[in-house]
Amino acid sequence: MEIVKKIINGDRRAAAKLITLAENDFDKAEDILKELYSYTGNALVIGITGPPGAGKSTITDKLTKSLRKQGKTVGIIAIDPTSPFTGGALLGDRIRMQDLSTDPGVFIRSMGTRGHLGGLSQVTQAAVKILDALGKEVIFIETVGVGQAEVDIVKVADTVVLITMPGMGDDIQIIKAGIMEIGDIFVVNKADKEGCERLITEIEMMLDLNQNGQWRPPVLKTIATSDFGIQELEREIKHHLEYLKESGELEQRRRESAKKEIFDIIQEKWKEILADSVSNEFLNEIVTKVVKRDEDPYTAVKKISDILMYSYTQGGKK
Amino acid sequence: MKAKKIRVLVAKPGLDGHDRGAKVVARALRDAGMEVIYTGLRQTPRQIVETAIQEDVNVIGLSILSGAHTHLFPEIMRLLKENKAEDIIVIAGGVIPEEDIPELKKVGIAEIFTPGTDTRDIINFIKEKVK
Ligand SMILES: Nc1nc2c(ncn2[C@@H]2O[C@H](COP(=O)(O)OP(=O)(O)OP(=O)(O)O)[C@@H](O)[C@H]2O)c(=O)[nH]1
Ligand SMILES: [Mg+2]
Repeated sequence: MEIVKKIINGDRRAAAKLITLAENDFDKAEDILKELYSYTGNALVIGITGPPGAGKSTITDKLTKSLRKQGKTVGIIAIDPTSPFTGGALLGDRIRMQDLSTDPGVFIRSMGTRGHLGGLSQVTQAAVKILDALGKEVIFIETVGVGQAEVDIVKVADTVVLITMPGMGDDIQIIKAGIMEIGDIFVVNKADKEGCERLITEIEMMLDLNQNGQWRPPVLKTIATSDFGIQELEREIKHHLEYLKESGELEQRRRESAKKEIFDIIQEKWKEILADSVSNEFLNEIVTKVVKRDEDPYTAVKKISDILMYSYTQGGKK
Repeated sequence: MKAKKIRVLVAKPGLDGHDRGAKVVARALRDAGMEVIYTGLRQTPRQIVETAIQEDVNVIGLSILSGAHTHLFPEIMRLLKENKAEDIIVIAGGVIPEEDIPELKKVGIAEIFTPGTDTRDIINFIKEKVK
């Protein structure tokens, strides 16, 4: 396929177009992604997450510059929320990465969440593969870590860096809500601000309570705007990668990630088949029956499933 | 899963340090349902074109106050061509003297919006052009 050849030969415009296609019309992108798949699996994927404004983009920028000095190529996928009301999004992460935009060894792509929850992680995984095939050796995924959906996205990463900052009052709350578990490395950024030490202590305490794996996440202090602590963060990322390899967890994680991807796609596919083959009227009728106790939900599901199976064997969606 | 979105790069070339106008436009486009990539101040033509390619935008909106448009805009158009990305629609806004407009249109700027333009006109123009 022409476009696949272009991408593996480093054509960034072809890569950019394929990411757009994956966002706009995944079914069409699939045919290309199928062929691209054998050229992927080489990149190291690092998730960067944390509350709004914690310094995720600034840290990604600094880490990238350092990696570039070592000759490594970098891809960055920066995800920002889409407004549920207008469907629009203001994607501003590049403001902190201005110097990177003309570096041929770096490719940055901003994405809106677009309200498709399962779909987003499917598209993100596709974007990672595209940048991987384009030859990027390290790929960062930046997401705002506020909801479960965003957390789900960075779960596909090999290493997750959780960035927070002092003085938010409830930042520790944000970390508690199911996000704590996914951090492999914790960073308290904006260490030039008051409350840094206290936040570190709180995180350390929580980590001690939640200790369950072999890897005890380190808690680092950074001032991203002045490079303070960036080298150590880089060292810890390397250290974590070594751990992943030695312990066999890297393979385990990649299995999990592949499994998640398969299930994400199955879910999306069946949702589409459902939307295409069962009319709203029919669904409404069934719901009415279930509410009136004329039918139980289990039988209703069986009926719908039969229709789905039939549609599927008949060639599925239109 | 089908959801086409119009993607717009709002860029601010030149050396002046004001981006209020650019931000107003960026927000208006977002509120009209578009994905707006905002890159901040003092972008060089190369940075703008490179960003537009990586972000695969449909439109580049240039905002300028410094009066350097007569050499910055043609340079952006030249770089787009060099990268075979001339299908990207380029529009501009800001303080641009009436007499410069024909020249800018000749190098390929699709439309120029002078100060006081209703953001709705910009939105309609983009929606009309990107189909
Ligand atoms: N004082 C101080 N400011 C910082 C530090 N790191 C980043 N900032 C500033 O904090 C603001 C937010 O930084 P970003 O890097 O955009 O943060 P982010 O987490 O990517 O933000 P979102 O993507 O909007 O969620 C910017 O104005 C940065 O300059 C730091 O260590 N100290
Ligand atoms: Mg950011």
